[in-house]
Amino acid sequence: MSRQSNRATDNKKMNSELFTLTYGALVTQLCKDYENDEEVNKQLDKMGYNIGVRLIEDFLARSSVGRCHDFRETADVIAKVAFKMYLGITPSVTNWSPAGDEFSLILESNPLVDFVELPDNHSNLVYSNLLCGVLRGALEMVQMAVDVRFSQDTLRGDNVTEIRMKFIKRIEENLPAGDE
Amino acid sequence: MADEALFQFLHSEIIQYVNSAETGESENGRCVSKLENMGFRVGQGLIERFTKDTPRFKDELDVMKFICKDFWTSVFKKQIDNLRTNHQGIYVLQDNKFRLLTQLSAGKQYLEHAPKFLAFTCGLVRGALSNLGVKSIVTAEVSVMPACKFQVMIQKM
Repeated sequence: MSRQSNRATDNKKMNSELFTLTYGALVTQLCKDYENDEEVNKQLDKMGYNIGVRLIEDFLARSSVGRCHDFRETADVIAKVAFKMYLGITPSVTNWSPAGDEFSLILESNPLVDFVELPDNHSNLVYSNLLCGVLRGALEMVQMAVDVRFSQDTLRGDNVTEIRMKFIKRIEENLPAGDE
Repeated sequence: MADEALFQFLHSEIIQYVNSAETGESENGRCVSKLENMGFRVGQGLIERFTKDTPRFKDELDVMKFICKDFWTSVFKKQIDNLRTNHQGIYVLQDNKFRLLTQLSAGKQYLEHAPKFLAFTCGLVRGALSNLGVKSIVTAEVSVMPACKFQVMIQKM
């Protein structure tokens, strides 16, 4: 009996490791393809964006979350539902700006960086930058333009990983363009 | 624990990236190689973690059965549907509903793109086998999606 439950947890764990290891292989490949860290960061953001615009549909289909009424609600849904669903972690939402348009997600642990150490010659690499792109892309599909960046990163020596999200503006629904 | 959907999205995006990075005549071949190599490294790491506490395998067939059952279930949530061998080092693993192809098409549409969607997994299997002490060449063939066959040729060391 206990052996079976071990296997079930093993399966889940291995699935998580599949993602983590694949992400690592991707970053490694990008570092080979691009000469500097800035380029890699940009590419990760772009790929994340492409994933985000598709992920949002998957998210909306699988969670029973309705429309968010304000940015605070959005923050809660991102932290408590989305992160939980996709990465199995629940970051905390803190550091709200006085205007209520900017907040931080604090991640105690980051599944993407299991087994990862940054070598010295890649000090400018934002390893998990894919996440920023994903968040940006997903929110754009629900009419929100946001700016997302890492302000703290355990890989670069900080105690926690902190993602800063800033609301830029609401995107008007674009009606299909006429013949151009 | 990372969700399966996330891996599928990432896998698709990686294929997109590698595809656009390779331009030229031999692009498909280089694309497939790059993906296979990435899969190889991931397979090596994955199998090490997974079989940390597994007892030694009796023989080559035992290893292949492990790949077909435990490994495939863990990675793709189902077992290999059919394993055939000529008992001389060639194994054919058949998956009738390969998860990384279900999004692509059901039938023959986009058949020319299928190799790119199989390359990573070929590498994954080759990497896993490699760290289990089995040297191999892994290829895949598909005629009607989402079914596909992975062919493993054991290389005598």
